[in-house]
Amino acid sequence: MNNDLIQYLLRLGDSALIQGQRLCEWCGHAPALEEELALMNVGLDLVGQARNWLEYAAELINDGRDADHLAFRRDERSYRNLLLVEQPNGDFAVTMTKQFLYDAWHFQVLHGLSQSSDERIAGIAAKGLKEVTYHLRRSSEWIERLGDGTEESHQRMLAAIPQVWRFTVELVNSDEVEQRLHQAGIIGNPAEVAVAWQSKVADIFASATLPVPAPASHFYLSGRQGLHSEHLGLLLAEMQYLPRAYPDATW
Amino acid sequence: MRPGELIGSDRGARAAQPGDLRQAWAVLEQVMDPEVPVVSVVDLGIVRDLDWQAGHLHVVVTPTYSGCPATEVIEDDIRQALEQAGFAAPKLERKLTPAWTTDWITDSGRERLRAYGIAPPEGSSSKRSLLGESPLVCCPQCGSAHTELLSQFGSTACKALYRCCDCREPFDYFKCI
Ligand SMILES: [Zn+2]
Repeated sequence: MNNDLIQYLLRLGDSALIQGQRLCEWCGHAPALEEELALMNVGLDLVGQARNWLEYAAELINDGRDADHLAFRRDERSYRNLLLVEQPNGDFAVTMTKQFLYDAWHFQVLHGLSQSSDERIAGIAAKGLKEVTYHLRRSSEWIERLGDGTEESHQRMLAAIPQVWRFTVELVNSDEVEQRLHQAGIIGNPAEVAVAWQSKVADIFASATLPVPAPASHFYLSGRQGLHSEHLGLLLAEMQYLPRAYPDATW
Repeated sequence: MRPGELIGSDRGARAAQPGDLRQAWAVLEQVMDPEVPVVSVVDLGIVRDLDWQAGHLHVVVTPTYSGCPATEVIEDDIRQALEQAGFAAPKLERKLTPAWTTDWITDSGRERLRAYGIAPPEGSSSKRSLLGESPLVCCPQCGSAHTELLSQFGSTACKALYRCCDCREPFDYFKCI
């Protein structure tokens, strides 16, 4: 059970961390100042949540590594984040589509975890859930605004969705680790998460006048197993450069 | 002393060394939030509990947001202020549960936020206000209720950006969480 828990904590922490890192790439490039502040603040929330999960993982792994070490010294194959969050930002429509699909899933996952039999998990999740409630509200509003906006924004959304939709297969399919943790009362029911996610996406896409693609059913890679797309390695190279080049640097 | 007992006005009253604890609370009331330097860490409800453990002051701190970059600075400021006031090597504990809520901001804290130009959180942090329609937010400059939301996120994660439709001033709103 401890091994399952460690794996699952890494999945949660790594996904939040990578999504946060991707958002930070917008720093200095966002379409408006208000938007930039919002993207950075969402990113900051996620990096903070990642730290909470990775600190817990580090304690359970108990081999002397701390959360920073897990974040900055692990290679791509040891990362357990969702494939969705490592995808490049693309234009603003791709960024918001990724954010919304992730937020809608994240909200449901944290909701289940906030009732975990593991008190520490329940506490971290309850805190994160308050933050993610705002993230989801904001990204939902953007999907509606872009989808039901101008001809240009609608076309951009139509182009964005197929670019990332295939990676949502991981949001609606669980593996044995998750099944066992659910049976132990540590995480919510992954099947319920999937249903609630699908219904939220259907609702928001409908009010955004966007078609919902057929459910993603299979993809040849799995972030949960450490099998990533080519994009994660490049992201880590940038994110980990400083702590790897100057291992004892402080500031 | 248990969490929750401190929220009322009788802070420290039931402790073993009430004089010292009361002094510690007084010290912490002078430690300001680094990002909103008019409200103290006590007014914000970040300091949850104080007691003595093995001869050292034990301070329970609950961060506002998971990724609040001020968390470490706040903890350093608390430690420094207490040590300067004669509390040797205070022990700080970071506690996530129950999660921090804007309901914990004191009335005087709300008033100071408003005077500083930040609209304090409106209503309680019930799920309804988190998910529901925007609350009625009054302009901290002119008091007008005729305001509009510009962005869900303002200068920090804990604030949203509003604009007053009467005096036209943009302002931060400390949002409910
Ligand atoms: Zn005004």
